[in-house]
Amino acid sequence: MPEIKVTPLGAGQDVGRSCILVSIGGKNIMLDCGMHMGYNDDRRFPDFSYITQNGRLTEFLDCVIISHFHLDHCGALPYMSEMVGYDGPIYMTHPTKAICPILLEDFRKITVDKKGETNFFTSQMIKDCMKKVIPLNLHQTVQVDDELEIKAYYAGHVLGAAMVHIKVGSESVVYTGDYNMTPDRHLGAAWIDKCRPDILISESTYATTIRDSKRCRERDFLKKVHESIERGGKVLIPVFALGRAQELCILLETFWERMNLKAPIYFSTGLTEKANHYYKLFITWTNQKIRKTFVQRNMFEFKHIKAFDRSYADNPGPMVVFATPGMLHAGQSLQIFKKWAGNEKNMVIMPGYCVQGTIGHKILNGQRKLEMEGRATLDVKLQVEYMSFSAHADAKGIMQLIRMAEPRNMLLVHGEAVKMEFLKGKIEQEFSINCYMPANGETTTVTTNPSVPVDISLNLLKREMALGGPLPDPKKPRTMHGTLIMKENSLKLVSSEQALKELGLNEHQLRFTCRVQLQDPHSDPDTLHRIYTHLKSVLKGYTIQHLPDGTVMVESIVIKVSSSAEDPNTKVLLLSWSYQDEDLGSFLSNLLKKGLPSGLC
Amino acid sequence: MKLYCLSGHPTLPCNVLKFKSTTIMLDCGLDTTSVLNFLPLPLVHSRIVLYLFIYCELKECAGRVFVDSQPEFCLPERELLDLSTIDVILISNYHCMMALPYITEHTGFTGTVYATEPTLQIGRLLMEELVNFMERVPKAQSATCWKNKEIQRMLPGPLKDAVEVWTWKRCYSMQEVNSALSKVQLVGYSQKVELFGAVQISPLSSGYSLGSSNWIIQSHHEKVSYVSGSSLLTTHPQPMDQSSLKNSDVLILTGLTQMPTANPDGMLGEFCSNLAMTIRAGGNVLVPCYSSGVIYDLLECLYQFIESANLGTTPFYFISPVANSSLEFSQIFAEWLCHNKQTKVYLPEPPFPHAELIQTNKLKHYPSIHGDFSSEFRQPCVVFTGHPSLRFGDVVHFMELWGKSSLNTIIFTEPDFSYLDALAPYQPLAMKCVYCPIDTRLNFHQVSKLLKEVQPLHVVCPEQYTQPPLSQSHRSDLMLELQPPPMPYRRCSVLNLPFRRRYERVYILPELANSLVPSEIKPGTSVATVSAVLHSKDNKHTLQVLPKPPPAPPTKKRKRVIEEPPVVLAPKPLLSGAVPLEAFLATLQKHGISEVKVEETADGHILHLQAEDTLIQLEEDGTHIVCDNNEPLRTTLRDLVLRFLQKL
Repeated sequence: MPEIKVTPLGAGQDVGRSCILVSIGGKNIMLDCGMHMGYNDDRRFPDFSYITQNGRLTEFLDCVIISHFHLDHCGALPYMSEMVGYDGPIYMTHPTKAICPILLEDFRKITVDKKGETNFFTSQMIKDCMKKVIPLNLHQTVQVDDELEIKAYYAGHVLGAAMVHIKVGSESVVYTGDYNMTPDRHLGAAWIDKCRPDILISESTYATTIRDSKRCRERDFLKKVHESIERGGKVLIPVFALGRAQELCILLETFWERMNLKAPIYFSTGLTEKANHYYKLFITWTNQKIRKTFVQRNMFEFKHIKAFDRSYADNPGPMVVFATPGMLHAGQSLQIFKKWAGNEKNMVIMPGYCVQGTIGHKILNGQRKLEMEGRATLDVKLQVEYMSFSAHADAKGIMQLIRMAEPRNMLLVHGEAVKMEFLKGKIEQEFSINCYMPANGETTTVTTNPSVPVDISLNLLKREMALGGPLPDPKKPRTMHGTLIMKENSLKLVSSEQALKELGLNEHQLRFTCRVQLQDPHSDPDTLHRIYTHLKSVLKGYTIQHLPDGTVMVESIVIKVSSSAEDPNTKVLLLSWSYQDEDLGSFLSNLLKKGLPSGLC
Repeated sequence: MKLYCLSGHPTLPCNVLKFKSTTIMLDCGLDTTSVLNFLPLPLVHSRIVLYLFIYCELKECAGRVFVDSQPEFCLPERELLDLSTIDVILISNYHCMMALPYITEHTGFTGTVYATEPTLQIGRLLMEELVNFMERVPKAQSATCWKNKEIQRMLPGPLKDAVEVWTWKRCYSMQEVNSALSKVQLVGYSQKVELFGAVQISPLSSGYSLGSSNWIIQSHHEKVSYVSGSSLLTTHPQPMDQSSLKNSDVLILTGLTQMPTANPDGMLGEFCSNLAMTIRAGGNVLVPCYSSGVIYDLLECLYQFIESANLGTTPFYFISPVANSSLEFSQIFAEWLCHNKQTKVYLPEPPFPHAELIQTNKLKHYPSIHGDFSSEFRQPCVVFTGHPSLRFGDVVHFMELWGKSSLNTIIFTEPDFSYLDALAPYQPLAMKCVYCPIDTRLNFHQVSKLLKEVQPLHVVCPEQYTQPPLSQSHRSDLMLELQPPPMPYRRCSVLNLPFRRRYERVYILPELANSLVPSEIKPGTSVATVSAVLHSKDNKHTLQVLPKPPPAPPTKKRKRVIEEPPVVLAPKPLLSGAVPLEAFLATLQKHGISEVKVEETADGHILHLQAEDTLIQLEEDGTHIVCDNNEPLRTTLRDLVLRFLQKL
């Protein structure tokens, strides 16, 4: 039985360093290659030694697919390709290919230049790694090799985020990456067709959450920001440079315009301008509304939002600052946080999920005293708000996707074990399919049961179709008989006669002849006619002919009559049939042995 | 498998392919050359003289007779087959979809149109522009009298020779455009789309324009390639995908270059030098063009050229109701661009340099000559505007304005219209005319190389490609020469495509597959007999195991089992091979049959089983068992013989 194996190297019952290995139809595919934000040691990257202990990965992997540009999905890519060693194809969408190297370079700078780590990938390695990338278009079927094909679908998580359908023969797997089933202010909703994969590998970040309407959350967010500004507080919104940031900027921009607010909004990092430029050039990846109106008004040209300078943090008066990174684990957002944490008028709004181990995660869990580097502690007095703006599907969305794709099996990754457990139960109950949630390094094996594609000769097919009448009758199945010829890799189904011809074989005729003695005081022709009448009454639905040459034919079975030399009342019936009529021939000889019923005329 | 040809224009095709059970329209081209028979739609009333012929709908101008009415287009044939039966329409590029509203509206069409995103967006712009041009200067009059055969016959040329005049129709409305385009389903290159389970279609990059595609239409065993408007030159679009066209049974070839003797690079050079010469002499340059396509390349070429030619201060104007949209849209289709342009987007920079021309105010665009343009307009300048037929659009105004001065130049770059015919109503003209048509589509040399590479079994093409052009009848290199010769078509042809379908795909369900018993016939070849239930649903065939015969209902009264004829679920297989005498005898011996008299005959042997009084005739290609009244023995012998034979 063919099998599909799935092994998470990261994101198995966890969020962070997504990296999932799939073996399908003899092909090995790596899905995502991310880093973990919560660790600074070896655990930061997936454990590639699982694939091979020594040497490069090229011969063990047929391709690598990156779902989107977030570092927990692509942060380990240069390490994997350049330091561990992989020269095969890496697939990602155009926007991901454009943005991914910038975030990688940013990540590298923070790690190497600021924290002074060595033995980390270099700028050149990022460049070399990106050279191995082949861009993917949405819905394009990419033939990785003769057997393996992949197809990307819109995932709506960030600009360029994709889900991938991986297919070998009639087996297939869908990997969702991170996705969002509700359209937001700048992206559309994820969509996939009814592709019925053997396994659907889905993220489950919000496995137990069913979020209220987006409008409510937006209103809530604006209210909180507004209140804080009114009382003269400063609002810090830690974000990643691309993604949620743009959505929130659009939101605040329109709000500022409507309310005619004057408090400044800043956006940190030099990325802003550039980031917005990406959105302008990849406008086809945003939602319908933005795409429709972009000629008249580009939503990514902001009037109220200005670039941030480090010195502004100490300015008096209210302000709103978007700063990176989003989980307060390093960089500018952390610096500003440290400055503002002591004042209860201030506020920090965490608009997305925070990985365990980050400061973001700690303060969201209510921790008010933080241990900083060098044994210093930081008292957190400012208000901490959490707004779920990160574009992951909630439980409802995940169920919706299952309904769309109709998978045969479900596999959850990118979530917390307890929450997964809950969702798994729900999925198994509602869809009656198996749901798996392997931990890192644990392999899930699913046996598939593919049907076998065969080329049937059109003559045979048409013959069978004609037999069943123009419309199939559910009560009377159309049966089909033929010979399957298996030659090298081809499977051909033809009629038996054609099979003989194609294989250059001659037919071997097997015939039986059987004499049956019968007491029947009539002339030979009369006896024959009596046999004909008798068979007519017994064998309904068979072709029975009384031929002028003194024979009766039942299908292709020949019956002849002659009188015995000694006794004219004893008739000798000669039955002759071929092996193909064996059942009927045998039946007839037994039937006639019992004589003819007297009532026959 | 049939091909219905609804258009006679080789670069604006409209064909319908009946393939398996589907009806597929390939492109929906609108032949606009008919508008050359009409008077220009003037923005300003001009010097055109009333032509006092029999009917007031005709006017004479510059010695030629024109129809004075809203211009009309030559539609694809609508009588050859019932258009409501069309399942899908495949669009190959935005120039080949202009007849779409005529086909999808008011014909009962209920199918889907497939096109790439750039094709849809830019196609929409071109239609919008056309409608806008027409609606700006409405003419109440719709001329029909001249179409009367008797009258048309008496008219001077070229009106006299106009064909299919009764199919000519006025332009559609914006409402019809929107309705037609709402039927478009977007597809990406190499996306595989299933039609009714019977056919798979897939667009491939054709290298001609943004989002332009060739199409593969295939089932598991047959493949038709539709090649329309392809280019091998490196301009802005993604390069042409040639290898996917391989192994086609039939290749339908349309949209070759209309200018087989003009080299696009040479034309571009000529364009630049004429432009510079005119500007330096203080004249204006008018470039009648479409709002998308070659204009992007012209602007890119000028971007590099203006500095070196010292034209830095010359204003460039692009005037069209869709000028801004066209320039903006060109920048957002990174996926559909050539590699160089894609790399720019990664930086991120706009892929086309016209963004910089606009930023530095060298290029300005306006929706029309009214409004801002009239106040900001400076001369000498370069104006890009439509329509290239010179019959409507802002270009008419510039012809009026600049036609009288020999300082000015009009440069034709679009190959769709004969420039002499286009200029006819404006004669006499003092302005200089330069003709540098840029047509990047495949030429005959490139196409024969391509066909050699992809090796289709049969080629179908417009009849124009099977002979040299009339004006150059000695140039045998300006035609397709193939073996076997291409099948030519013309408007209203119906071709029977030479297909021999022999196989169809069927799926054996796992349960049945597991129950099959293969036996090896010769090394590497095995056979298995299959008896199964055939299910056909949505054009997909599957084979399942035969249902178990229902248990015989308990007979109530007398048992008449023997009287029930056998129910044959699976017929007996055919047999092959031969029964070897010695081995067979040995087997008989093993089964206690030892008294065998063997008699040699011409074709084999006759075995006489003396104790049982039974004969077995063994021959090369047959075995005959003659056995009376001993059914157990007969079945034993049967099974022994079968052991030596292969079952098919």
